Amino acid sequence: MLAYTAKRLLTLIPTLLAASILVFLFVHLIPGDPAAILLGDTATPEEVAQLSSEMGFDHPLYIQYFIWLSNVLKGDLGTSIFFGEPVLSVIGSGAETSILLASMTMIWIILIGLPIGILSATKHGTWIDQMTSSGAMLAASIPTFWLGLYLIMIFSVTLGWFPSSGFPSLSDHGGITNLRYLLLPSLTLAAPNTALIIRLVRASMLDVSREDHVRTARAKGLHPTRVAIKHIFRNALIAVAAAFGFTFAALISEAVVTETVFSLPGIGRLVVQSILRRDYPVIQGVILVIVVLYMVINLAVDLAYARLDPRVSLK
Amino acid sequence: MALLEVQNLEIAVSAKGKLLPVVQSVSFSVDDNETLGIVGESGCGKSLTALAIMGLLGGTTVRITGGSIRFDGMDLLTLSERERRSIMGNQMAMIFQEPMTSLNPVYRIGDQIIENIRQHQKMTKAQARDRVVELLSLVRIPNPSERVDSFPHQMSGGQRQRVMIAMALSCDPKLLIADEPTTALDVTVQKEVLDLMADLQTRMGTAIILISHDLGVISETSNKVAVMYRGRVAEAAETESLFLELAHPYTRGLLNSMPVVDSDVDWLEAIPGRVPTLEEELTGCAFHPRCASATELCLTTVPKETEFKHGHSVQCHFPGKVAP
Ligand SMILES: Nc1ncnc2c1ncn2[C@@H]1O[C@H](COP(=O)(O)OP(=O)(O)OP(=O)(O)O)[C@@H](O)[C@H]1O
Ligand code: SF4
Ligand SMILES: [Mg+2]
Repeated sequence: MLAYTAKRLLTLIPTLLAASILVFLFVHLIPGDPAAILLGDTATPEEVAQLSSEMGFDHPLYIQYFIWLSNVLKGDLGTSIFFGEPVLSVIGSGAETSILLASMTMIWIILIGLPIGILSATKHGTWIDQMTSSGAMLAASIPTFWLGLYLIMIFSVTLGWFPSSGFPSLSDHGGITNLRYLLLPSLTLAAPNTALIIRLVRASMLDVSREDHVRTARAKGLHPTRVAIKHIFRNALIAVAAAFGFTFAALISEAVVTETVFSLPGIGRLVVQSILRRDYPVIQGVILVIVVLYMVINLAVDLAYARLDPRVSLK
Repeated sequence: MALLEVQNLEIAVSAKGKLLPVVQSVSFSVDDNETLGIVGESGCGKSLTALAIMGLLGGTTVRITGGSIRFDGMDLLTLSERERRSIMGNQMAMIFQEPMTSLNPVYRIGDQIIENIRQHQKMTKAQARDRVVELLSLVRIPNPSERVDSFPHQMSGGQRQRVMIAMALSCDPKLLIADEPTTALDVTVQKEVLDLMADLQTRMGTAIILISHDLGVISETSNKVAVMYRGRVAEAAETESLFLELAHPYTRGLLNSMPVVDSDVDWLEAIPGRVPTLEEELTGCAFHPRCASATELCLTTVPKETEFKHGHSVQCHFPGKVAP
């Protein structure tokens, strides 16, 4: 397991380097003087000239890349044009909201998706299965922004049960109860992905239930529930874990929409606003963070996969 | 009364709203210390008969539509699911045709056997583990105390089938059903596995149902034989009296299609034709399209089971009058 982890970490390095080159080139693909772009419209010619020499913009591209990379490795992602603050701290201010939103969403996906998927598979062919399957189909096909607006209309505007927008930090007044601000957004974000997991769990469990070893398990005289969980679901989890990495990619783009609809001060909304403000350093920083995060998650998924399937790590 | 008595068992597959009979009025019995061999070509209903006895037809499109299965004084077909489960893997156990895939790939083999033991007996994990090591050495797995922690993919087909045997024996079953336990294995390993089962029977007195399509395997291991053809028992007898006088044309054909090691003949007289599929409706004896002795009568009338000799029953209009 340790060797496998080390091997996977090593294969991460070239991917990260390639990704960093793409992110670096982002600013250079925009027409115009990169220093002027990074500083925004209000910068004076002196400031532009100063940044140009700091970043080595008069040097060849590969030298610029190394200057940029060494800055990034030191935690210096540049300065936000709009806020005038380091990009890293701008991103950091949105991190709490986004991390809490992502965690709550994951909890919904697991708490709702797995049990319903298992139920759907064990009752397959019955009306329970048909109901959950069409429910999942519906949830998967509703656009995120529409579901978000719909929930706001019902639960915030009409019923007044939940706030419709914003999120005060957990350290603000209200403390942990501030999580109620994230309830509707996280449900919105969870809906299509939960549907995906339900269908995935159901399909993989039906696949596994036809395997010979399940017959062996039943021949032991085990209770059907035990067979369903310990033998069918446990083995189906291998395929489900493999697909979880893809779910995460979908989650990121849907989070941008959800945070915007619910006006949450998260990283997703930061991206949208930064694009509107042409705050290129922030856009570049966020992309870098997302790329790294995506790779870390996929590494975690791979490691989970190896743990779930003893045939993997020993190859 | 014998340990297991199957009487007039009828099994059908539901397909497109119709019930197609796959097993028809099958009867046999097995007692302690006895091995019943069931032999027949692929698709004749051997596995379905075994799964019906074991109680593993649930969740499929296959149904038991008639007859009775009595085991150890109980009528298995009227028991509740719960009572049935308390017998499965306990008093009655089964090994399957596919050793490579019959174990769960994600659990250690030891844990898979422990699961079976603890399902039926009050034992701590540690006690059950000791018992597993014992069982593994009984089925001649080398280094049992290490192999207990192996995963299935770390073992060969023969070893996995031994593990399956160890699992089947873990609760000292009265009846062991072995459905072509060696078909998927190398010839040398086949013999070892069969010897092992015979050995364990001598030691524990287990009743065994051994399913095979190889008459040679059956003749070497079984006390009694039931020859199945398209869902029916064509011929049944004590092994000795069966081979003394083959009364059914099909059995004769099966024997002739066996390779004989020290003969000059290098060709096999296989039975011409094939087993008719379930969808094909046949009148009369199901074997008539392939039978050299078939007459008008065979085309129209299903032969009744007749006592050819004492304890030797045949379903044929002309038992013993086999065309040479
Ligand atoms: N689950 C099932 N659903 C529908 N038909 C089935 C099912 N299982 C078996 N059958 C059919 O029932 C018939 C008997 O099958 P069975 O598995 O008992 O044959 P068998 O004698 O064990 O053959 P083999 O030597 O190939 O194992 C076959 O025609 C098969 O196609
Ligand atoms: S009943 Fe007729 S067709 Fe059937 S096996 Fe006997 S002789 Fe052949
Ligand atoms: Mg079979």
